[in-house]
Parts: sequence; C-alpha cells; structure tokens
Amino acid sequence: MSTKLIEETAQQEYRWGFVTEIESDAVPAGLNEQTIALISSKKQEPPWLLEWRLRAYRHWLTLRAPQWPNVRYPAIDFQSIVYYSAPRQQPRYSSWDEVDPKLLETYEKLGVPLEERAMLAGVAVDAVFDSVSVTTTFKDELAKQGILFSSFSEAVREHPELVQRYLGSVVPHTDNFYAALNSAVFSDGSFVYIPPGVRCPMELSTYFRINAARTGQFERTLIVADRGSHVSYLEGCTAPQRDEHQLHAAVVELVALDDAEIKYSTVQNWYPGDEQGRGGVYNFVTKRGACRGVRSKISWTQVETGSAITWKYPSVLLLGDHSVGEFYSVALTKGRQQADTGTKMLHVGRHTRSTIISKGISAGEGQNSYRGLVRVQRGAAHARNFSQCDSLLLGDRCGAHTFPYLECKNPTAQIEHEATTSKIGDDQLFYLRQRGIDQENAISMLVNGFCKDVLRELPMEFAVEAQKLLGISLEGSVG
Amino acid sequence: MLEISGLQAAIGEQPILRGIDLKIGPGEVHAIMGPNGSGKTTLAQVLAGREDYDVTGGSVTFAGRDLLALNVEQRAREGLFLAFQYPVALPGVTSSYFLRTAVNAVRAHRGQDELSGKAFLELCRQRMELLQMKPELLQRAVNDGFSGGEKKRHEILQLALLEPRLALLDETDSGLDIDALQTVARGVNALRDAQRSFLMITHYQRLLDYIVPDYVHVLVGGRIVKSGDKELALHLEEHGYGWIVAPETATPAAAAARA
Repeated sequence: MSTKLIEETAQQEYRWGFVTEIESDAVPAGLNEQTIALISSKKQEPPWLLEWRLRAYRHWLTLRAPQWPNVRYPAIDFQSIVYYSAPRQQPRYSSWDEVDPKLLETYEKLGVPLEERAMLAGVAVDAVFDSVSVTTTFKDELAKQGILFSSFSEAVREHPELVQRYLGSVVPHTDNFYAALNSAVFSDGSFVYIPPGVRCPMELSTYFRINAARTGQFERTLIVADRGSHVSYLEGCTAPQRDEHQLHAAVVELVALDDAEIKYSTVQNWYPGDEQGRGGVYNFVTKRGACRGVRSKISWTQVETGSAITWKYPSVLLLGDHSVGEFYSVALTKGRQQADTGTKMLHVGRHTRSTIISKGISAGEGQNSYRGLVRVQRGAAHARNFSQCDSLLLGDRCGAHTFPYLECKNPTAQIEHEATTSKIGDDQLFYLRQRGIDQENAISMLVNGFCKDVLRELPMEFAVEAQKLLGISLEGSVG
Repeated sequence: MLEISGLQAAIGEQPILRGIDLKIGPGEVHAIMGPNGSGKTTLAQVLAGREDYDVTGGSVTFAGRDLLALNVEQRAREGLFLAFQYPVALPGVTSSYFLRTAVNAVRAHRGQDELSGKAFLELCRQRMELLQMKPELLQRAVNDGFSGGEKKRHEILQLALLEPRLALLDETDSGLDIDALQTVARGVNALRDAQRSFLMITHYQRLLDYIVPDYVHVLVGGRIVKSGDKELALHLEEHGYGWIVAPETATPAAAAARA
C-alpha cells in the first residue's frame, strides 16, 4: 500500500523559485579569451591572475566533459552560457543602507540571517548573488583577531600574496574539466584566512544564489587555516525556478596547516527541476581539502537535496602525519533528480585517519549513486579508514548505486567498509500511524532518523534547517 | 465502547476472520484466547486499520463512530491503541521524539495544547517510574536493540502516555519473564478505570492471573466459539483447545491457517 503513497511524496513545490527583478550588468553569452579578459578587467584583476585564467582556459579546450558519472543529460552548450552577471549597482557596500533593498528582500525570503539576525545567530555571512559578493558582515569584528573573511575579488585586491600562494594549490586547473572551466571564468566567491592559533569565534557563512537567466555560477572559495587555528564554515544555496538548466561549477579549496581544523558544511538546495525533469541546476562541483600539517583535520558535511544533477566529491588529501579527514553526506534525489556524489580520501602521511558516512535517499524516479575512493599510499603506515554507505529507497521506481574504490599499498593500513540498502517498511509506517502520527510526518521521521549520524555533524542552527528541508523535500500529497 | 458484528476479513483470497461478534463496554477487560492461526492477531490488526487485510463483511462501531471508515491514524487519535506483539525498530528515531510527537498528535485531535518539552518529560518520568523503566531509554532509538522486556514496557509506556479509550494488547506477555510480566501487568492495572476498556490477546492463562479479565472468549478458525468468565481460561489451561473445537468448525481453511 505504501509504495504508491510514498511515491506521491516525491514531488513538492520548490519554495525558493522566485526571481528578483533587478538590473544586472552581464557580459554577452559565450566563452573565448575575450570573455575571460573582460571578466578579469571588470574585476580589476592583476595581470598574473588573467594569465592564470587563460592558462586554465587553454587547457580546458583540450578536455572533454567527464563521461564516467552515473548520470544522464544532454551535452551542454558552453557558448550559450553567460559567464558573468552582477547586480548593476555598485557592487561593494560599506554599510547596509547602501545595499539595494530588493537584494535584501531576496535574502530575507531565503531566510538568510543578516544584520541583527546574524548578530543573534553569531553567523558572519558573505552573500554571493549571481557572480558578485554583495556584502560581508562582521568583517571588522573578525579583523580584530586577524581573521580575513571577504569576497574572493576583494582578497585578490587586498591580499594578493595569500591568494597567489594558495589558489590552485589544492585543485589545480588541470584537475578536471569543470575545475578547468571554473579556473578560467570564476567570478567570485569567498576567501577566509585564519591566523596561527586563532579559533574563529563564530560560524562563517556564504549564501549563494543564482538569479539571472542563463547564468552560470562559477564561484571559487579558498579557506586557509594556519597553524593551530580552527574554523567552521557554512554554505547554503538556492536558485530561482527556471525552465532551462543552469550550470553551477564551483571550486572549493581548503588548506589546513599543523594542528589546524576546518569544518565545512553545505546545505545545497538548488532548484531541482520539475516532475518531467525540465529545468534545474547542474551542480558540477570540485571540493577538496589538503591536510598539509601534522595532526590537522578537515571535515566535510553536506546535505544535498536540490539540483537536477549533482556531481560532487568533497575530498581530503591527508599529507600530514596523524591528520584526519571526514566526510558526512546526505543526498536526496526525487522526481528526475540524479546524484553521483561521494568522496576521496587519499592517505599519504603516517597514522592518517578517515571516516566516511554517506546516506543516500531515493524517491520518485530519483537516481542516487555513492562513489568513493579510499587510497592508501605506500608510505601511509598505520592509516585507517572507516566507510559506511547506507541507501534508503522510497518507492520502487528509484535507484541506489554504490561504487566504492579501495586502493591500498601499505600492509599496516586498516580499512573497513559497510554498506546497507533498506526501504521504509510498511510495518514502520503502520506503527507510527497507529500512534496518531500522519503518514507524511511518519516518513519524515524515518528519513531524519536514517540521516541522524550525518545531521548531528552539522552546526545546531543548520541541522534544524536541514531537517526541515528533508521534511519539505519529501512532503507532498501523502495521505 | 466497541461493537463488532459479523466481521469478516481476508488476505487476498484467504479468509481469516469468518464472522466475529463482540461487544466491549466501557471499563471492561476482555481476553481473547485461541490456538495459533485462529485469527487473534488479524483481529487486532484489522481493528487498528492495517491495509494489508481486506474487510469483506460486517461492521464495527467504536465510541459511536463507524470505525471501518477511519484510517489508521484517525482511529489512533479517536482513542484506539494497539500494543504490538512485535514492535518494529525505528533506527535513528529517538524514543523521546517519537513519544512526544505521538502524544501531541493525539492531544491536537482532542483540542488540547501541545505539551512543552519540560511538561512532557515530567509526564514521561512519572509513567516510566510506574513501569520501572530507566529514563535513559528515552534517548535511544525506538525498539532498536531493545530487549524483549524493554520493547513490551515501551509499548505499555505509550499506552500510559496516550491514554486511549480502548487498548488492544497483542500477546503482551510473550517473551517476558515473570518479573517483567508482573511489572507490565501492574502498569496495565494502574490504567484500568471505569471508562477505559481492554482487549487482551494471549495464548496463556498466566497473564490473566495478573490482569484479571471480566470476559474470556475463545477464537478458533476465525470465529468466537465460546465465551465465559475467567474460569474458562483456567479450564483451557488444563484441557487445551481440543475439547472446544467441534469437527464442523475445523474447516479446511482453518486447518490450513493453523498449520
């Protein structure tokens, strides 16, 4: 009985699909060296950065889009995409009064905690609207401790030496097709530097939004945690509802030096497309962290409920001895959504440890693949990995797939892998309903229960949001 | 309170209940006994609204309403509670969250305010003491890794929190040692009052020593073949069901169901 009911839960209106009517300053669609030069000049970039972009572009021309992910979509016409779009008004603001009220309204609709709300929540927000970082809250307060938190463009202007030193050092432009594309055309993003020994006193947050039509969003985030520092970074994403697909190809690079710790949390809720698979964001993202220092730690937590297609493998390069990498993921696909997501844990240093907890939920005709690589290099004595990949199926037209790859070249390594696939059982639903809980709530409780090990890794406020989002995503015409 | 007349139910082509008549008044405690496969659990599940069974005939009135017209959660909110024979595990769903959601769903239906977290915990603590349960259980996932005794106590805890008009106890005694059985019985007895009714399903007379029923019914082959008071249960304990099963009621289907 419940299969049909559960399938009916699969579709639910996207609540973040509004468009903000705002004039924007965009370059013409299409990609060539002139486009890149134009982006670079609009951003008043130094010559080395333009050179860097062009090198990436020339390399990109030699590449083909990856064919190996377990996702299906028509070829993307890269010449029809607008590579730069910014709100027309002056893009930097020194106070809130200067910000276009329509932009603020947009963020209010999105529930982004800005201003006092930000103060109360203790969240510093860098909001990226299409391609330009609109404002950064709490900058001064952070600056007192020597913490740099700004838009990427601003960092290029004010701290070029730091940017030049770390940009592309974790994800080189040669890494993959979309990383190369991003390196050529990236428009903005966030930059964070935490000085030695500093514990960032608040959660840092970026909120991304794709607003303009036919715009690709190519943001670039770079976070450097110097020796003995600590930072927790949150990222949220939405996009208006549009019939055509929008491309989002971001690159995130994290660097942790000795004894530093970076926690990076994402709640991704890009527009997933409609029931027939029209529209929706292609989310092709490269995220990687390098644990360069001894005893450093990088932890990725992601809740992926949006996007038509997700292709994303937040990874950790464990170079320093005793360094630790973690990946906690919930990926939900419904309707015609497809996700091929997972992680790579590359053990190079001795006594390095990694943990992978992946929870995939498929509903409707959603297809969910976990793809993960654990590689232990020859020198990585006593490396340890634990992986757990659980899949939950709602209905009988969806799919769950697991592609674990293990490469171990050191005999002292310990690697454990566990995988399960389960369905929400009629017995479980009957039990909850017999206690007066309606079917919709019952499913939401069971799904949240399934994801609990991941959700509890999220900062408190975010965890509540994520739980609601999972509930909303599965809510529908049940009962 | 509950009036069942001529109730028939089947799974697919296989009839299981073949015309049940039963009346339960407010505050009454009824016991249903019977051999394996006689339809005891089916009766409880059909009353609770499980969709796997097709009701093929008869009617059920509960507190003045047509029970069969209500869905599972509506029946629960109207005050029909089923303590499960095999409570299912809900991985990752903590007991406290589950119990509070259930209590508030039922309260909302009765037009009562939601219980605050504090008021709910206080209520839980009281009820758990009665059942000699440790408060730590509230932090565990529902029935996940619970012992047999913990599961059954947790069922009775839900009964105590939801305060239904009618409680169906499906083999609540199975899998319990004598101490746990006494604790569970004490919990149930504390909930007996002039309004609340109980229907206990059991194989063994033992439970009835602790929860003394007003009426005992024997279910065989999907029909109630004999009713009496608690003496009937003692007689069954001594002589088994054989003497009661007249050859004409031992239909091939009932025999198949028993097998």
